[in-house]
Amino acid sequence: MKTLENILPKLVIAPGFLIGFAFIYGFMIWNGVLSVTGSRMLPNYSEFVGLDQYVQLWDMDRWWVALTNLGIFSVLYVGGSMALGMAMAIFLDQKVRFEGVLRTVYLYPMALSFIVTGTAWKWILNPSLGLEKLMHDLGWASFHFDWLVQSDMAIYCVVIAGVWQSAGFAMALSLAGLRGIDDNIIKAAQLDGASLPRIYWRIILPILRPVVFSTVLVLSHLSIKSFDLVMALTAGGPGYATDVPATFMYVMSFTRGQIGLGAASATMMLATVAAIVVPYLYSELRAKPHDR
Amino acid sequence: MLKLSKLATAVAFVVAGSAAMAGEVEVLHYWTSGGEAKSVAELKKIMQAKGHTWKDFAVAGGGGDNAATVLKSRVVSGNPPSAAQIKGPAIQEWAAEGVLANLDGTAKAEKWDSLLPKVVADVMKYKGNYVAAPVNVHRVNWMWANAAVLQKAGVSSAPKTWDEFFVAAEKVKKMGLIAVAHGGQNWQDFTTFEDVVLGVGGSKFYNDALVKLDQKALTSATMTKSLETFRKIKGYTDPASPGRDWNLATAMVIQEKAAFQFMGDWAKGEFTAAGKVPGKDYICAATPGTANSYTFNVDSFAMFKLKDSGAQKAQGDLAAAIMGTDFQEIFNLNKGSIPVRLNMNMAKFDDCAKTSAKDFVDTAKTGGLVPSVAHGMAIKPAAEGAIKDAVSQFWNDDKISVADGVKNIAKAAMQ
Repeated sequence: MKTLENILPKLVIAPGFLIGFAFIYGFMIWNGVLSVTGSRMLPNYSEFVGLDQYVQLWDMDRWWVALTNLGIFSVLYVGGSMALGMAMAIFLDQKVRFEGVLRTVYLYPMALSFIVTGTAWKWILNPSLGLEKLMHDLGWASFHFDWLVQSDMAIYCVVIAGVWQSAGFAMALSLAGLRGIDDNIIKAAQLDGASLPRIYWRIILPILRPVVFSTVLVLSHLSIKSFDLVMALTAGGPGYATDVPATFMYVMSFTRGQIGLGAASATMMLATVAAIVVPYLYSELRAKPHDR
Repeated sequence: MLKLSKLATAVAFVVAGSAAMAGEVEVLHYWTSGGEAKSVAELKKIMQAKGHTWKDFAVAGGGGDNAATVLKSRVVSGNPPSAAQIKGPAIQEWAAEGVLANLDGTAKAEKWDSLLPKVVADVMKYKGNYVAAPVNVHRVNWMWANAAVLQKAGVSSAPKTWDEFFVAAEKVKKMGLIAVAHGGQNWQDFTTFEDVVLGVGGSKFYNDALVKLDQKALTSATMTKSLETFRKIKGYTDPASPGRDWNLATAMVIQEKAAFQFMGDWAKGEFTAAGKVPGKDYICAATPGTANSYTFNVDSFAMFKLKDSGAQKAQGDLAAAIMGTDFQEIFNLNKGSIPVRLNMNMAKFDDCAKTSAKDFVDTAKTGGLVPSVAHGMAIKPAAEGAIKDAVSQFWNDDKISVADGVKNIAKAAMQ
């Protein structure tokens, strides 16, 4: 009886655990195996090529473009959303009228999928359909904004659409954090003669540190897995100028018949994520002295 | 198991004349634009008339990339459709994976060997056995023009050389219209590029550079000249072209917003669907400098190994129907291509198709008949994809110099 009581919880958990294990680690290992085979159109396990796929990958201009874009996008998307979201939260926190309405308006884009965002911005930014045409029709003939079709600027269009989507989310979290701050601290600072910007910079932002941290964490994982936004907005174009590793992997594996190469790029993405997550988990899981 | 299925196929053909062993055909294709969809509907009618059920499995996306992705997942999971639109070297790649059915039974009964040009039949075979049924022949090196726009711009006839073309394009641009309607996807960029290479270098150079991927040809002065011409065309397109589908570009020509489009003869299906008449409303001409050449693109359906005998029977009927005279005529009238079957009566076809059919036979003799790289008829997918990337990048980024463009393309060809 006693043993059953001990075993039962484990038995109940086991299937879920096994399935989770197979579908997470199993597929990671499978992907790793594929990346050292010469698989082209369909998986092919008989042809072992060692690290050839990785050599070929790092020799491709397109892969470098994808990596550079990921860097540009991640930094600007996370930074931009945070800065804009925080600014909106601070303004909303000034006890403005219609705050509820404004909050809903700002948060609304988060309710859309990236596909919708991408498609809508594709029209807005298209020089012969959207913003540029509107300005010309309104008589401002010298207005010029065609980043979407410029190879070297198109990635910033992805950033604009991404920030538009996520700034409201950053605002909501920041606002919740701001509301949680004890008014007395601020009043005390005001009595001491501190200016408002100084109060925000030296007192409020440091208190918000955990909120900022979790917002950044959520946004950065969104940015690494950004696939749908790029697909809907530019489809990786013009040419392959807005490719990111996720779209690169998709194209190689599924449309170009180079599954081995695609798997190698997926492994590199996994390694990138691991390089960020593992140190983080390590620092979190390590027992902290004052928690005891 | 294999023998059994062969036997079943054989039995299926014996009872072909007699009634009702109806099955289901599931056909994966990417013909979703107006003219194309009408063509598929004809095939569906023929199959339904034979008592089979038709399950349409259409995946949008002009180049067929999306369809290929869906197909792979279906085949890997052991549930292939009866037939899928696959063409060129990809047929051999699929056959090498051991998933395609043997169509020799149908082919013998219907005498395919005598009905098809050898160059086409060879593409349909793997190790001497038929594994796919050809549907049509497309000419890729076509230039489409709106007659009214040309008239207004004062261009008297379709330009025959690239120099003449730029003179005409300049006149159109001066009128404030778009000279070249272009859809900016990598296969469309490449369609224009291969037209330019063929026009500038001729068919021998085209074969050396783009089919044999000879490094000497790829880095030659002719290639430099081709890239310069290619870039000059970009100046006559509109800035909104990146990502545009080909049929939207065709619509721009139909609606008199643009003068020219470089696109294969499937574009004619769009003109036909819009009720336009060749020679009167629009002009079809070989792209500048390529009147004596013919870039071909043969669409075909590869048939997959199936277990169900009813479905196998339906599959055999489908293959026979595809090569049948009725379908070849109706389908190609709708789609804008020409029948792949030789000695067909071309009376019902328009002037563009008649020219195409004549040129197809003529260029096959003179050596001007070359496979289209943009449409997957010439080289392996990996090299094709890499070269398309390089060409698209050059087209879209004006900062890449012509010398670098040549270098990038030559490097991509070594994939």
